[in-house]
Amino acid sequence: MYQTSEIDANIARLRQQIAGTEAHLRQLKVQLSRAEQQAKEAHDLGQTYDGGHPVEWQAETLAALSQKIGSSSRLHEDGIPATTPQHSGEPLLLSSGDVSSPSSKGRWPLSTEEYRRYGRQLILHEVGLQGQLRLKSAKVLVVGVGGLGCPAAAYLAGAGVGTLGLVDGDTVEVSNLHRQILHSTNTIGIGKVDSAVDYLNGLNSLVNLIPHRAHLTPQTALEIISSYDAVLDCTDHPTSRYLISDACVLLGKPLVSASALRTEGQLMALNMPPKPPGDASGGPCYRCVFPKPPPAESVVSCGEGGIVGPVVGVMGVLQALETIKIIATGTVDRADSNGKTSEMHSKANEAPAPASPSLLLFSAFSSPPFRSVRLRLRRTNCASCSAQATITEASLTSGSLDYVAFCGVTSPLDILAPHERIGASEYSKLYRSSPHILLDVREPVHFELSSLPGAINLPWSECVAKPGEALLQDVERLTQGREDEGRDVLVVCRLGNDSQLAVAKLKQAGWQGAVKDLRGGLRAWRQEVDPDWPDY
Amino acid sequence: MTEAKAASIPLAVEFTGGLELLFSNQRKHKIAIPSKKPDGEPSNVGDLISWLCDNLIKDPRKEMFVLDDSVRPGILVLINDADWELEGEDKYELQPNDEIVFVSTLHGG
Ligand SMILES: [Zn+2]
Repeated sequence: MYQTSEIDANIARLRQQIAGTEAHLRQLKVQLSRAEQQAKEAHDLGQTYDGGHPVEWQAETLAALSQKIGSSSRLHEDGIPATTPQHSGEPLLLSSGDVSSPSSKGRWPLSTEEYRRYGRQLILHEVGLQGQLRLKSAKVLVVGVGGLGCPAAAYLAGAGVGTLGLVDGDTVEVSNLHRQILHSTNTIGIGKVDSAVDYLNGLNSLVNLIPHRAHLTPQTALEIISSYDAVLDCTDHPTSRYLISDACVLLGKPLVSASALRTEGQLMALNMPPKPPGDASGGPCYRCVFPKPPPAESVVSCGEGGIVGPVVGVMGVLQALETIKIIATGTVDRADSNGKTSEMHSKANEAPAPASPSLLLFSAFSSPPFRSVRLRLRRTNCASCSAQATITEASLTSGSLDYVAFCGVTSPLDILAPHERIGASEYSKLYRSSPHILLDVREPVHFELSSLPGAINLPWSECVAKPGEALLQDVERLTQGREDEGRDVLVVCRLGNDSQLAVAKLKQAGWQGAVKDLRGGLRAWRQEVDPDWPDY
Repeated sequence: MTEAKAASIPLAVEFTGGLELLFSNQRKHKIAIPSKKPDGEPSNVGDLISWLCDNLIKDPRKEMFVLDDSVRPGILVLINDADWELEGEDKYELQPNDEIVFVSTLHGG
């Protein structure tokens, strides 16, 4: 029974992948035929109007015709542009020498398409022509193409950031889709970077997209980040947050960092302005704000803790906004040949704004939902950005800095003796036949999603603070009228951690009867016994 | 009654970023703590943290809030919307109706 289901699941997965690939192929064919049609039109136009069609009109007509061309991304190597950038304003389909394009000769600073595409932001003095040109020449790196990175990248591409790098080593999963808006049902199983490149190409093919299909490591971080002007930390773990911050300080890049969990989000612009280590006028780095990493057991992922899609979406959009502000106002300029970002001096007489670091807190279900708080300046003993910094390019690239060890790892909880635990397969043979009390210590929202027949819900979060006596009374009260179930207790939870704590507490309190937990929790139950058990 | 009022200092305390789970899953608390320490010195934020550990925290995992006599790494303390490092950290002397926020940093994305 179990094996059949597994094969079924495999078939379903393969069908899904084939459907996804076929959809992609269809998309490419549509793009190809569109491009061929446009090539033909351009050719015909050239033939028909050769000599008689005003030069300006030809350029405009052809630019309009060339608008919808997308290009495939998967054929491109890591770190190599996934699109052909068309920044010069030259009509895409002209073979050289056919028609001279006025915009390519600099009649206007932007192409016909760019005026139309960015018109709504061009007419704001916060952006304007200079801001748009800065965006166009900017190179921005988005690290992490998940709940933060997807909306951030979409708005940056939409705004016309000239070069957008995307870093991620993960593939798209169905549980990503409620918030990771660049991915789709058709791209499940595909690399997140490739999935994102597909979407962003369709959104704005003028953007030069650069895929980096692996997670950032201390060995690769400096090389990758050095060719960008600004970085967005859209990752989901302290190890990457410290690494990205250290690399940005060493390379002099501003860093826009955000995070989200459950119903809350946080946003900071770090190393802004991006002064060299030891320069107290630079903005604080991640280590200035959090010199010590949090205990590993306090780090909760979106998979464990949950996340409301628009909450992380809001934070990603705010990251894009903060980045656009930094670039469009000319606060930082393009990377020079050494990879350092120099400050822009176009606003000739204005001194660069001093650091006024702040942390934006978003709490979707609080009132008011937003709160901005003032942060400290650079720490004079910061390991990364102070004059006493110990983190150097060499220590980073040599791998002598172990970010995983620095942040610590949690080992799976294992506090019970083997005889105090029962495996899922074994339990499946016993749970109907031998009488027992089945105690489910998950939160009620979990219990409501799915529970085993006869299970009693007693959330561990309510038990944890109670004296043992009170816990015993709770169990007595909940099992009243169910005396036929006997006194033996089996405790289950989602993954098999809280259940161990509950078993230990019940035993310590002196429960009269055997107490065991289900090893691996209801996840093991799904994997070993019931594949239809909801996977959430 | 007036004596009791004078002896305590009213504060607004808030927990966010998941810290509220350690405090009965309630974010905002209106509390009053003794305005002076036993030695007669005015109470500071360090005293508030001790008071919270003795009186308000419900979860036995106190190490998720305090570690080595201060808030654990990864928690920012905000005094009236400013990082407490701008205000003297745990030595900041509490004023009536100060708003103290404890923020656990988030990592998800
Ligand atoms: Zn620093």
